[in-house]
Amino acid sequence: MNKARVTSAIRFQVVILGLLALFALGIVLNANTGTVNIPALKVFDIIFNGADAGSMESNIIWKIRLPRLLTAAVLGGALSVSGFLLQTFFRNPIAGPFVLGISSGAKMIVGFVIIFVVGAYGTIPPYLMVLAAFIGSMLIMGLVLFFSRHTKSMPMLLVIGIMVGYICSAITNFFITFAKDQDIANLTSWSMGSFSGAAWGNLGIICAIVGLSLLLSLFLSKPMDAYRLGEGYAKSMGINIRLFRAALIVVSSVLSACVTAFAGPISFVGIAVPQIAKLLIKSGKPLVVIPACFLCGAVFCMFCDLIARTAFAPTELAIGTVTSLFGAPVVIAMMISRKRQRT
Amino acid sequence: MQIETKKLTVGYGGKPLISGINLGVEKGKIVTLIGPNGSGKSTILKTITRHLERIAGVVMVDNRSIHQWNNKELAQRMSVMLTERVAPDLMTCFEVVSLGRYPYTNAFGRLTPQDEDIVMDSLRMVRAEELADHLFTQISDGQRQRILLARALCQQPEVLVLDEPTSYLDIRHKIELLDILRSLASRKQVAVLLSLHEIDLAAKISDWLICVQGDSIQLSGLPDQVFTDAQMKALYNLQTGSYNTLFGSVELSPPPGEPSAFILAGNGMGIPLFRLMQKHGLSFTTGILFENDVDFQVANALAHQVVSAPAFSLVDDVHILQAKQMIDRSPLFVHAGTPIGQQNIRCLELTEYAQSIGKRMLSKDAFLIGMDEAYKGGKR
Repeated sequence: MNKARVTSAIRFQVVILGLLALFALGIVLNANTGTVNIPALKVFDIIFNGADAGSMESNIIWKIRLPRLLTAAVLGGALSVSGFLLQTFFRNPIAGPFVLGISSGAKMIVGFVIIFVVGAYGTIPPYLMVLAAFIGSMLIMGLVLFFSRHTKSMPMLLVIGIMVGYICSAITNFFITFAKDQDIANLTSWSMGSFSGAAWGNLGIICAIVGLSLLLSLFLSKPMDAYRLGEGYAKSMGINIRLFRAALIVVSSVLSACVTAFAGPISFVGIAVPQIAKLLIKSGKPLVVIPACFLCGAVFCMFCDLIARTAFAPTELAIGTVTSLFGAPVVIAMMISRKRQRT
Repeated sequence: MQIETKKLTVGYGGKPLISGINLGVEKGKIVTLIGPNGSGKSTILKTITRHLERIAGVVMVDNRSIHQWNNKELAQRMSVMLTERVAPDLMTCFEVVSLGRYPYTNAFGRLTPQDEDIVMDSLRMVRAEELADHLFTQISDGQRQRILLARALCQQPEVLVLDEPTSYLDIRHKIELLDILRSLASRKQVAVLLSLHEIDLAAKISDWLICVQGDSIQLSGLPDQVFTDAQMKALYNLQTGSYNTLFGSVELSPPPGEPSAFILAGNGMGIPLFRLMQKHGLSFTTGILFENDVDFQVANALAHQVVSAPAFSLVDDVHILQAKQMIDRSPLFVHAGTPIGQQNIRCLELTEYAQSIGKRMLSKDAFLIGMDEAYKGGKR
């Protein structure tokens, strides 16, 4: 019977190795494909040997593709882990930053900034947009957290999150009524998400926030494991439920706020990827799901971004378009198979 | 006392529901809370396990108030089995049970080889070793309860609190679970506090019983002291039906109306007939039963009237007279097939009497087969 546990440990390692291989493939493909195709060997040469410094190829790789693919990877991973944490919190497989209205909240504040600040001053520095999206996301999570003190029912809280999302959308639409066409176009393109704004400076901030949150989520994995048996059992094992739930929601909202701030709302990654990761490693144990989930999300977003950039080049698709196209069917399939399992 | 409450008041939202609760469980003993639905058994247990805030009084575990222990220390001393349904995604039974090690493992919940041994021991104790690698969501209700019990054991508690552990279980699994509880209480010297729906089972596994009803603990004691027909009737507010202490079983209420048969019973042969009559809603009289006869117990609960004789005595004229009057009033005379011996030889007089007055008579088999027709015929 120890055999089964050894098998599952091996399975985890194989999955992680497989994902790492895909990750490497994703880096190469993302680096060499685009309007200018650069052969893979040359990509290696440029990255590892610093060849052709100052040439067009080198600039494309170092200044555009590398920061972009790494941003896609880190944010994709962050979004997936955020989804997994939210699903644990709400004990609901469809909980995710998009469903809970976090994205709508970010859009509301970003919309406000674009329409009123840009309208008044003509331009805003990019970091203000990032800040606006971050504030919007945290505002909504704060609201959801506030309501969570008043209701113990998680499905109810999920519904509250969705409703808050609707309110934010309504307010955004209200702003839009008074906006110029150019601002509306800006807001719409922002709200579909894109990794095109990636830059090394931002990537540093992203890595710091995501890295720290990820570390914290690993430290939360023990109580998360116990929480799978429900609040009552978790409490009886000595967990301070209030503290734990607050930590869980703060970490997950920081993660998703970070993603929304730097890449706009990206749908379905947070719901679909944790499910895929769990099925791959055939386990729901948070300590192993979190790393698998992160890698899986990184690979998923890298390939989605590759498709977004190249499918209709030179026109670039919004990242949200691609992730929805691949993510939504996964969610449907998952729902149907869950139902079948139960009956 | 491993666990003790002193003047504990419990309730919801600051409103007291039951007050002045003093109970205690020693090592290796089983104490059971019984009482009707909604009486507050769960409220008491949840307050003891800190799932609910107490309103007044103290709960002592290991001679210290539960509020003085920190979370981890308390979890190392008390574990629980709750009524809430759990359905963890992709979680094996081994993993469920291993969560019992929670208060002992490091920050990442890593299991040491000793921890793994304790997990397997716990699984063995509930006879569920072979379930270790099954997914928890894919096993039966009975198996799930055993796994959850193993999880509680794996926490190596001094006090085990179980809230209606036998709900959802069929009779075989109920017995199995309680059997395991009984043996581990004495083997592991754990103090067990639980609530049960099944009063018959409660009497059999408990060392001490506590009846929960109304706003205080009305009654507690040894099973023999608590389990009297009258007290059970009062505790559950039985309007119809009755509780038989001797058998620890529940009987339905006697059918109303005039008796439609007299059953000559005894030696346990009458019970199936009594039950059948009850199911059909037919009132009946029976006799002549000795008071040490099993038939007498059931007849007492179900019959319109019973002619009974004291244990080990002989049937006398008064009994015969009473029985004859009953036969007169019933349209049917049924012989349950009771053997006739020295003590009840005079029952033959009853058969003769029924024959002599031309009463419609049936043997047990004929009665069972043709219950409906016999009944119609008898009525005519």
